[in-house]
This record gives sequence, C-alpha cells and structure tokens, in this order.
Amino acid sequence: MTRSSFMTRKELIGFLILAAVIFLLLPAMLDSFRLNLFGKYLTYAFVAVGLALCWGAGGILSLGQGVFFGLGGYCMAMFLKLEASTPENTAIQSTPGIPDFMDWNQLTELPVWWQPFYSLPLALLAVLAVPVVFAFIIGFAMFTRRVGGVYFAIITQAFAAILTILIIGQQGYTGGVNGITDLRTLLGWDIRTDEAKTTLYFVNGVLLFAVLLIAQYVRKSKLGRLLIAMRDQEDRVRFSGYNVANFKIFIFCLGAAFAGIGGAMFTLQVGFMSPTLVGIVPSIEMVIFCAVGGRLSILGAVYGALLVNWAKTSFSEAFPELWLLGLGGLFIAVVMFFPNGLAGVWSEQIEPRLTKLSKRSDTATPKRAAERAPAE
Amino acid sequence: MSDETPKKKSTGLSRREVLAGGTALSAALFLPKSLKAADFPTAEINTTGLAVTDDTVTIGILHSVTGTMAISETGSVQAEKLAIDQINAQGGILGRKIEYIQEDGASDWPTFAEKARKLLVNDKVASVMGCWTSASRKAVLPVFEQHNGFLYYPTFYEGLEESPNVIYTGQEATQQIIAGLDWVNQTKGAKSFYLLGSDYIWPRTSNKIARKHIENFMEGCKVVGEEYYPLGHTQFNSVINKIRLRKPDVIYAIVVGGSNVAFYKQLIAAGIDPSAEKPIVLTISVTEDEIRGIGGENIEGAYACMKYFQSLENENNLKFVEEFKKMWGDDIAIGDVTQAAYLGPWLWKAAVEKAGSFDVDKVREASPGIELTTAPEGYVKIHENHHLWSKTRVGRAQADGQYEVVFETAELVEPDPFPEGYQ
Amino acid sequence: MFADYSWPELGAIFAMQGFAGLILFSVFVLMALGLAIIFGQMGVINMAHGEFMILGAYVTYLLSNLFADYVPALFSMYFFVAMFLAFIASGALGLFVEWALIRHLYKRPLDTLLATWGLSLILQQVYRSVFGAREVGVSIPDWMMGSLPLTDLIEIPINGIFVMVLAVSISLGVYIMMFRSNWGKQVRAINQNRVMAGAVGINTEWTDRLTFGIGCGVAGVAGSAFTMIGSTGPTAGQLYIVDTFLVVVFGGAASLLGTIASAFSISQAQSIMEFFLSGSMAKVLTLLVVVGILMIRPQGLFAMKLRK
Repeated sequence: MTRSSFMTRKELIGFLILAAVIFLLLPAMLDSFRLNLFGKYLTYAFVAVGLALCWGAGGILSLGQGVFFGLGGYCMAMFLKLEASTPENTAIQSTPGIPDFMDWNQLTELPVWWQPFYSLPLALLAVLAVPVVFAFIIGFAMFTRRVGGVYFAIITQAFAAILTILIIGQQGYTGGVNGITDLRTLLGWDIRTDEAKTTLYFVNGVLLFAVLLIAQYVRKSKLGRLLIAMRDQEDRVRFSGYNVANFKIFIFCLGAAFAGIGGAMFTLQVGFMSPTLVGIVPSIEMVIFCAVGGRLSILGAVYGALLVNWAKTSFSEAFPELWLLGLGGLFIAVVMFFPNGLAGVWSEQIEPRLTKLSKRSDTATPKRAAERAPAE
Repeated sequence: MSDETPKKKSTGLSRREVLAGGTALSAALFLPKSLKAADFPTAEINTTGLAVTDDTVTIGILHSVTGTMAISETGSVQAEKLAIDQINAQGGILGRKIEYIQEDGASDWPTFAEKARKLLVNDKVASVMGCWTSASRKAVLPVFEQHNGFLYYPTFYEGLEESPNVIYTGQEATQQIIAGLDWVNQTKGAKSFYLLGSDYIWPRTSNKIARKHIENFMEGCKVVGEEYYPLGHTQFNSVINKIRLRKPDVIYAIVVGGSNVAFYKQLIAAGIDPSAEKPIVLTISVTEDEIRGIGGENIEGAYACMKYFQSLENENNLKFVEEFKKMWGDDIAIGDVTQAAYLGPWLWKAAVEKAGSFDVDKVREASPGIELTTAPEGYVKIHENHHLWSKTRVGRAQADGQYEVVFETAELVEPDPFPEGYQ
Repeated sequence: MFADYSWPELGAIFAMQGFAGLILFSVFVLMALGLAIIFGQMGVINMAHGEFMILGAYVTYLLSNLFADYVPALFSMYFFVAMFLAFIASGALGLFVEWALIRHLYKRPLDTLLATWGLSLILQQVYRSVFGAREVGVSIPDWMMGSLPLTDLIEIPINGIFVMVLAVSISLGVYIMMFRSNWGKQVRAINQNRVMAGAVGINTEWTDRLTFGIGCGVAGVAGSAFTMIGSTGPTAGQLYIVDTFLVVVFGGAASLLGTIASAFSISQAQSIMEFFLSGSMAKVLTLLVVVGILMIRPQGLFAMKLRK
C-alpha cells in the first residue's frame, strides 16, 4: 500500500473542509453556549464514525452502540465523581468521602470495583478497554456463529435494554435513573466554566480527527477492502481462506472503542452521565446520525451527527409541541429519497455539477459504483 | 393583550411624575393592586443582566411536553401558565408583565441540562419553573448552581437535597410519608406493610423512610415485603400473588407512570379490591391526574397521602379550580404536583416584591419566610431550607376520579430533607 | 420463605402463579404474533409495531366513550366491536404504510427499521396532538373486571382468561390463514423465493401489502385487548417493543410455532423468577438468559434456515 492511496486528493479536501468547519467556522460563529452544544453533538460523531465502519463498510448493523457510548461515559464519570466526592464536599453525608448516591442507598464504603477509578490513567484505560471487552464478547459469540444482519441488530438492541435495566436497578452502585451527576473537576481543573468547555470542545475536535484518521486508515487498508468484500459476498471471502469472523470482531471492537471515547467526552462536556444515553432509543438515534450522514462515508457520519442534533435542538426550541413530526419526517425522507444520506447527495448531486462547472473530468464515476449502498 | 396600550400610557405618565419629583400616589390609583414599574428603575432591580426590561420580565418554563414524562408534566405547564396569566392580569411583578420561554425537556435528562443552560445563559431568564422527575432535577442542578439561576421545582420528591438555587414547592419524603403511615396505623389499626415501587430513587428512598418509620417509630408494626419493578413494567401478577401470600394490612404502592395503570387494573382483576378494608391500598404516587389513566372505578377506595387534592373545599381552591377549568377545559384533573407548580410563580412574585429586586441573590435572601395565604392548598410558608411548610392530607379515591379528604394534619408539617434517624 | 404457610396455601399460590405465567404468555403471544408475521414472513423490521398496538387501544377508547354516550345498553358488549374495529383501523393504516413506505424498501431490510422508527415518532406525536399527552382511561365493561373465586384461596382474574382465550383464537386464526388458506400459501411461497413466486403468477405486491396489513391489524387487536391490563397513552407502545422483538427472534423468526414456544419459555422463566426475586432482577436475568441462549443458538428455538 502506497502512501498516496491513504487519502486521495478529494478526500484530503474533504478532511480539510471538515477541519475548517470544526476548528474555525463553528468557534467563530457560535457563542460559548452553542459551541458547547455542538461539542456535545460531536461526541455522537465518534459513534457515527464507528458505525460507518461497522455498518457501511462491514455490513454489521449494531443497535447497541449506546452500550459502548455509555460504558465509556460511565468510566469517565466514575473517575470524576470520585474526585468530586472529597470528604469536605460530602461532609453532610452519613459516610463522607463516597459518592452521594451511594450514601443515599445506605452503602457505607466504596465498592471494590470503584477503587481503580481513583486513578486517571486507569480510568482512561477503562474508557477504551471496557467497551472493547464487551464488544469482543458479543462479537466473538455472534460472528463465530455467523450471526449477522437483522438478528445481530436485535440482539445488540437487547443488550442496550439489559444494560439500562441493570444500571437503573443497581442504583447504589451506579446512580440509578439519575445517573452520575454533579461532576466538577478533572485533576483540579474546573470543567464547568465556559473556558473549560471551549477547551474541551477543541480537545474533542482533535480526538475526533484522530479517530477519523484511524477510520480512514482502516478503510484504505487491506482490512477495509476485505470488509467491503465481506459485506457484498461473505462466502467468497471465506472461501478465499480468510477468517471472516475475526475481521468482523475487530471492526466491531474498533467501533466500540470509538463510541467509548465519545462517551467519555460527552461526560466531560455535559457534566454527567445517565442511563438515558445507554438504552434503545439513543442507540437507534446514533444509527440514524450515521444514516443521515451517509453510512458509507466517515466524514458524512460527522455531518450527520451534527445535522440531526442541530435539527433536534432547533425544531424543539421553535416548536416544542410538534418537533417530533419534523424529526420523524426527516428520517423517513432520508431513507426514502437519500439512501446514501448527505454524502450521497454530495457525491451524486452536487459534486458532478461542480466537476462539470470546473470541466475537470474526474474518476468519480467508477468510484461511486464501488461505493453503492450494500444490498442489505 | 388588550390592556397593553393604556398600561404603557400610564407608565409614561408616571415616569414624568417621578422626574418631577412626584410620588407614586396618583399612579397607584390607576393600578391599585400592583406595584408600578417606574418606581423600580430597571437598572436598580436588575444588576446582573437578567432579561428584565422596563415593562417585561422573562422567565423559563422547562418541562417535558414530549416523551414518556409528558403525561405527568403537562399539568404543571398548564398550572404555571395559569399563574403567570393571573399575575399579569394583576399588573405583573414590580409593574412588569411576565413573559415566558417554554422549552421541552423531552423526558431526556441531558436535554434538560442543555435547555436549562440555554434558558440561563442565552435567554437570561430571571427564574425557571420546571422539572418533574428527580433525574431531571439532578441533571439541571449543577447548571443552576453554576450560572446562579433560580428554579421552582414542583414535584413531591425524596429529599436529601437543599440547593440554594432551588425552591421545592412539593413535599419532601418525610413530610408526605410519615403522617400517612401514622394515620393508617392509628385509625385503621394497620400493623403489616408491603412496600412496592418503581425502581428508581424516589420510591426507593421513600420506602426506606417508610421502613425506618414503621420499624423504629410504630410499635408492633412490620414490613412484610419490599419490591421494585422496572419503570414501564406492565405485568404485576407475580407481585400480586406474593402480596396475597404475605397478607399485609397495607399495600404501600409507589408505582409511577404507565406501570400505575397496569398495576391497579391487575390488582382489581386479581380480586384485591382497594375499597375493601383489608388490605388497604395506600399510595403516594397517584394524583387525580394519574387516576384519569387508571380509571376511577379501578382504584376506588384506595388512599393517597399528599398535600393537595382537587376536592379541597376552601375558597382559594374553589377559585383556583374554576379558573383552571376556564383556561384548560372542564374535563381536566388537577393533581398535587399541578397545584405545587401553580405556587411557583406566586412564590417568586412574593419574593421579588419583598426583595424589591429580580437579582437572584436578593430573591434567595428574601425567600425564607415568604407566606402565601392564597395557595389552593390553604397556606404555605417557605422554610429556611427552601422547602415549604405544608399540611399533609389523606384522601380516599372515588369512582369519579376525585379524592375525598379523610384526614388532614392539624399543624403545618415542617420540611426535613435530611431527616435524622431515617438515613 | 415458605415455612410459615400450610400446604393448601402453598398449592394455591403456586397454582395462581402458574396462571400468572400463562397470562404473561398470552400477552407475549398477542404482542408478538403481528410482528412475527411481518418480520418472519417479510423480513421487515417494524419499529412502529407498538404504535400500531396503541392505535387499537385508542380505537377502543373512542368506542367505549361512544357506546357509553349513545348506546349504554350495549356497553357490556362494546369490547368485541372495538377489537374488530381496532383490527380494521390498524390494518388499514398498515396497508397505507406498506404502500407509501415499505414497498420501496424491500431490498434494504435494515432501512425499514429507520423508516418505521421515523413513523413511530410521527404516530406518537399525532396521538399526542389528537388525544392529549395524558393517558386516557378506557372503561372496561364490568363483567370483564374482577375475578372468579375458584376455591377459597385461588382466584382467577377474568381479564386474564379473556386475554388467554383471545391469544389462542388469534393464534389459531393466523395458523389457519397461514397454512390452510390460499393467501398463506402465497406468503410462504414468496418467502421462499420471491422471483419464482412472481413467475408462477402470484401477485407478490398485493400479497405483501395484505401480509403487512394483517400483521398490523393483529397488533391493533392486541392493543385493544391490552387496555384491560395496561395504560393507553401516546408513548405506551414503546413499553412493548423490546419484549416483542426478543420473543420473535428467540423463537426463530420464520416460525410461528417458534414464536409461541419462545413466548411460553420467556414468560414462564420471568414469572417464576419474579416470584423468587425482585421484579427488576427477574427482568434482567430473563433477558440475560435469552441473550445467552441466542449466543449459543443464534437461529432461535425453531428455525427453518439460518445461513445465507
């Protein structure tokens, strides 16, 4: 694989435009509050990029990405909560020094499995490792038995349901429905101020680009091409001597790791983590971000996450009692008329006209054929 | 709207009078009930840049109007809008009309936090009426404390909280629970209790307090079962069988939302009739609002313990119910939380007027001790701990969906969000 | 925990608990049958299944008011009319949705999931705008509430019996339609090989539409029946969706018998565990067991074919 095949010129331009949008345009246009909102939307973009790899490239539709997002977020939240629960801050409790919700649930000491989260490196490791281990277990069980398609989607959905019920039920250890709230500082740095939120926005942007570059690398590597081959003709890849399951497990774990990072950044920027981000509804929404952006395009996934969330916020601010109609209509319209999402609109409608305008005959046409939506 | 022009006119007039060194005496003749805006120059009563102009003040309403919680929160929104309308009809607060910005929390806690930030940071609202579930309150709390907002929170809840930025207009758990348990023990001779709830912090904390009270403070009484079901659970036959097996005197149910409907329908279908004297069904989670969904005939005879029932027969309440129906239609049911939400704008008005300022710090300082003699529930007073002194009542559900009040505490019950001996 | 009780008491409790399990079983069957038809026979993931059920519930609500206002004499019988109309209403909506949405998406089954999710949001909002955000109370005729005292200790809820009878008759109806009727033959033929079915003269388009409509209609009947035991509100449909999908997948999507077997095993497991554990834990354990079994046997209990 040569260096130039990592990114074509066109893709490079796409990356640069996105970089300009995230690092220049949005910060210049938006006040601190709106910028923080977009920071929150961008945390979903991590999940959407992972989904673009799993679903778009690999044909694996997971309806349980919220699980990984939530696990990453909870790992981060546990660290922040322990830092916020100093004996001075919690002097009013019957057992000072443990998180408030534990005290409310009559726990008198910190559970053993919370202990590692006193350490930031361990917590950061957990942000990646816990989702990946979960994804590995699920992926191993499913893919080695050649479960895919709709079954896989629904089983992952069941996981989202189970984890939500489990978190809510074990509230002494997890904070229950309320989630882990009132997070204040990261190693003494107050994450609630406007400056901190702006800084976190940029950290988030940088991490997102790191993730995008990894995704781009994977897509362009042999693995990425095998994934597409598997999506379209799994048996032929298998007959060619490849172990299909291992590739699928890998890509699923990678998607989970991305989601975990997104969850951790969500916790940092929003200031709490709750089971409403784990369940079925958010998991499906994450798939929708990816679908709206164009499931084949990792950049499209980012735009999809931004657009859907922005639409959600503005619809609901403008029409608090009717906004669901608009949102539902948007999903149906995307599926019916723009199956390849924003990226499809771009590559099928806008780009050809641009090229015509600039009279440069590109190699866009054969490429598009290769990137058609999967039959399933 | 129609009275806007004359009001502006009088404002202009009085400004000149102020300039001329006149007093508000003549202006007071025009608007006998309210204070005049011109006596309170915006620059003086709003030193922190809130959304206050010479004739308006903007507040936020933050509830779920979509999602699963919309069922419960709709009543609160209606009550708050009614109170705002009434206050405006009386001339507003410090001569300023209240305008509101309504945001949808969409039954989603991060959305609540997002919208709270929007209201405080972007819209600079002077106060917020909002939230319903504990989870939504916990989500917005850091936002309110960071941006020094002021929230009026209407729901009866688990306690264990006392934020300088929140006024809790509903009852905290001990206020609501203890009187009811004592009542059922003393008048019905109940000795054994089966505690049941939806699985989240409010039912669990409430049942914890109930258990402590039953075991430590009620002689010879015991808890024979305690059980939780996931939110949204719809199948209760198993727990009903367990209740049958344990034969408790009282089924103490804190089931919420859609589960409520399923629970009571299945209870009566299984032959446990709430109107029978044993077991007594005692709940703290079913208001008149919920009965509409359950159906009066399915819960007739159950007892509920809270601070307000629509059927209260005092003058304040008769008027409140009448106006509420005028605004929102005749077939409406008004529950405890709806009434508590109605108190929010009025308590805020009283505090602002006492402080002579919209500044949150001054309103906070003025709040403890504020009394409301016009409250539909009778009389309330803000405690130092930002909760309300209020009476606790027990009502018996009727087939028509109303409660018949069968008991009322003689005195106001002191709010005690961190109760000693109940932790 | 049983030391304090006499044998007859224990026997009675276990009998009633067994009955509770059967009611749960019937509820699951009713929830899942419509979805099993659509998902199993057409491969379409209908995320708006719960909303089709709630449409049936709202139809029942409207009729209960109508009967109470205009023909109170017949009120005790209205429920049967309501169930029939619920079938018609949900079925008609199903036909329309198939025509407007689903038929364009047969080649992309995962996309039907997104489109029907959008549809479910829209339906929820429509219900909210039309019927209000609050739950509505559906009055049930007196004879359907209450219980039959079998012995001193055993009482059988009448609405439970009703749900069971309904589940059995609808299952039988679906079975007959699927395996004894012309339509059923066509559906199965299309499921096996769409192109060949078309080639031998089956109107595949119309059969698909009818299948989807019937699946939605059955959902409507289920929703109508559930007004007896559950709540009716704009978002109540979402309470059912996970359980429903699990039952169908666990049973092996292609098989109606599998759906019934899976409903039976899940309901019995849940019901037994609920008796010995707290409700929340029982639910989690049931789900974990189901997922665990699915990991070992991903094709579900009864499967016709698995590997592509």
